[in-house]
Amino acid sequence: MNPAPLKKSWTSRPLPQMVYTRLIEFTREPQAVFWVYFFPLLMAFSLGIAFREKPTEDLLVCLVGNPLANSTGKPPIASGFVFSRETIDVAIGLLRRGRVDAILESEGINGEIKLKFHTDPTRPESALAKAKLETHLAHMNQPTLEPIPEVFLNLGGLRYIDFLIPGLLGINLMGGGLWGVGYALVDLRVRKLLKRFAATPMRVRDLLLSIAISRFIFTAGQVIILLGTSWLVFGVQIRGGFLDFCIIVILGGFCFLSIGLLVASRATKYETVNGIMNLVMLPMYVFSGVFFSAERFPEMLAPVIRILPLTALNDSLRAIMNEGRSITSLGFEVMVLGLWTAGTLALAMRLFRWR
Amino acid sequence: MYIETMDAAIECENLTKTYPGKPPVEAVRGISLHIKRGECFGILGPNGAGKTTALELMEGLLIPTSGTVKVLGKTWQKDSTWLREKTGISLQETKLSEELTVLETIRLFASFYQDSADPKDIIAQVSLESKSLSLIGKLSGGQKQRVALACALVGRPELLFLDEPTTGLDPQSRRQVWEMIQKFQAKGGTILITTHYMDEAEKLCGALAIVDQGKIIAQGSPGELLKDFGGQTRIEVDFLEPGPDPQWISPHSEITHMSEVSPNRFLLQTTSLIDSLPKVLAAATLTGKTIQTIRTHQPTLEDVFVGLTGRNLRDEVTGS
Repeated sequence: MNPAPLKKSWTSRPLPQMVYTRLIEFTREPQAVFWVYFFPLLMAFSLGIAFREKPTEDLLVCLVGNPLANSTGKPPIASGFVFSRETIDVAIGLLRRGRVDAILESEGINGEIKLKFHTDPTRPESALAKAKLETHLAHMNQPTLEPIPEVFLNLGGLRYIDFLIPGLLGINLMGGGLWGVGYALVDLRVRKLLKRFAATPMRVRDLLLSIAISRFIFTAGQVIILLGTSWLVFGVQIRGGFLDFCIIVILGGFCFLSIGLLVASRATKYETVNGIMNLVMLPMYVFSGVFFSAERFPEMLAPVIRILPLTALNDSLRAIMNEGRSITSLGFEVMVLGLWTAGTLALAMRLFRWR
Repeated sequence: MYIETMDAAIECENLTKTYPGKPPVEAVRGISLHIKRGECFGILGPNGAGKTTALELMEGLLIPTSGTVKVLGKTWQKDSTWLREKTGISLQETKLSEELTVLETIRLFASFYQDSADPKDIIAQVSLESKSLSLIGKLSGGQKQRVALACALVGRPELLFLDEPTTGLDPQSRRQVWEMIQKFQAKGGTILITTHYMDEAEKLCGALAIVDQGKIIAQGSPGELLKDFGGQTRIEVDFLEPGPDPQWISPHSEITHMSEVSPNRFLLQTTSLIDSLPKVLAAATLTGKTIQTIRTHQPTLEDVFVGLTGRNLRDEVTGS
């Protein structure tokens, strides 16, 4: 009985129409354009400039061997320092990522202990850590008759802006996904437009896809503007593969899109979705290493922090942009993002309501 | 048998909808309807009577707690995609995107349907050609309502569901909306409309169901409803002070019905005003109470409702 579906040109199909209308609606709201594109830039500039000088905090020092000899085998405790024990390879990696400020290495040769510093010349904290460690060692009456040799980390140092930009990309992807999808859906629901759409033959799939696609188009613009500007102004670059970078951006974007969908699956009021959104985003703003390294939190929090999606995204972006690592070495982070995406998407589809 | 089902646009049996809560809200409490193809059927009732809930059950937007709905011979559970193609809906309040033009909005809705009409034709049908490139946000209430109607019409529906399509519009806009509904019916379309306006129901609908507190309390054509109510003419007697014996007048041959609206207000129906008026006056004088006013008038659908429920149609349904 059904009439054979008539051939429609692709532009008059639901998905292209919905994406198109979402995009033009967006461009007709100047204030939305401002918040989406210029606010992140404003943030990058103000923070990039403001945080050139970092406040003094405990200095993070990696100990290799047993330079500050003690019998317990545990890292020693000294005020102003946080010590950790690592092998030299791990320690160099941490220093390169800006997660420790300096390394103190000891080698025992014929019962005589030789000390060596590793520092990052681009970071003032590193020189400070060395100077303070020297004072500390003098107080401990260590045999420091000759000056301790210093090895400079020479493979591309890490300035604060290099640390900051991947973090800003991360929160933009998070905000874009959550606000872009969550708020858009609740807005459609509040205006009863979602119910009106439910009364047409249009499928949920097309609706959600159109929101996702238009979101991706906005986000791509955001990423390009933020990255381009920070390259031009601060010389921030992507040391790793560009394709790897894009994959992580898409993965991260999709992950927060799914979380946004879950957040908005039932909310019927702007206030509700606002509240849930802040509840979801605030812990990640704080713990996921946006403005400062997440390693600064107590170690007992580390397992929780590591499985937050924004931590995984920020760590991956930094690994690719700053350390030049490839996506294949980021198995754990990719898995975290994948699991969050799959979990929240599945739950959102189950809970989703038109009204 | 096949012909029979094709004859009905909507058939529903004992529809109920109860919202869980403390106490549960019984929005629809057993509605049965048979709406013929090509008919304009009106659901009339005060705000909160369950009109919208009943309509949304038939639109497949709500799942009934019990009872069955068949639309164009099919059910929402089994043939929802097909039914969505064949029905057009205008909700009571939809805020279409303000930043889109009329044409963009109609094109968007057209894209949802396999066999959609040309958006420009539809815009012409609702007389909005001159506003085709205007943003929705810049339109008047009546124009927005016509856009909503165009969205409902663009899929070339056989059946149109309209939930209070003229509420809040000025008289001229209302007439424009009525014309569009009548044009749609003239082309063979079926319409199910809810309203709380009497004149709208009398003007548009060939058949009516009056709904109150989730139930149909009367059903028929506007003419039948007026006739079934009892008499052609009403006499309303107001006493200055309450308390005459409720039996102050006994039904005569021409006074067919008497009801006590309040202790000092009584409604009578009569087949002959000339014959019964002197008798009413005489009986009222015998009560010893002072008559404040006596009014007489031809019944309207409003009276049908008041007579059936003792309440005005525009009154909100209160909790008790």
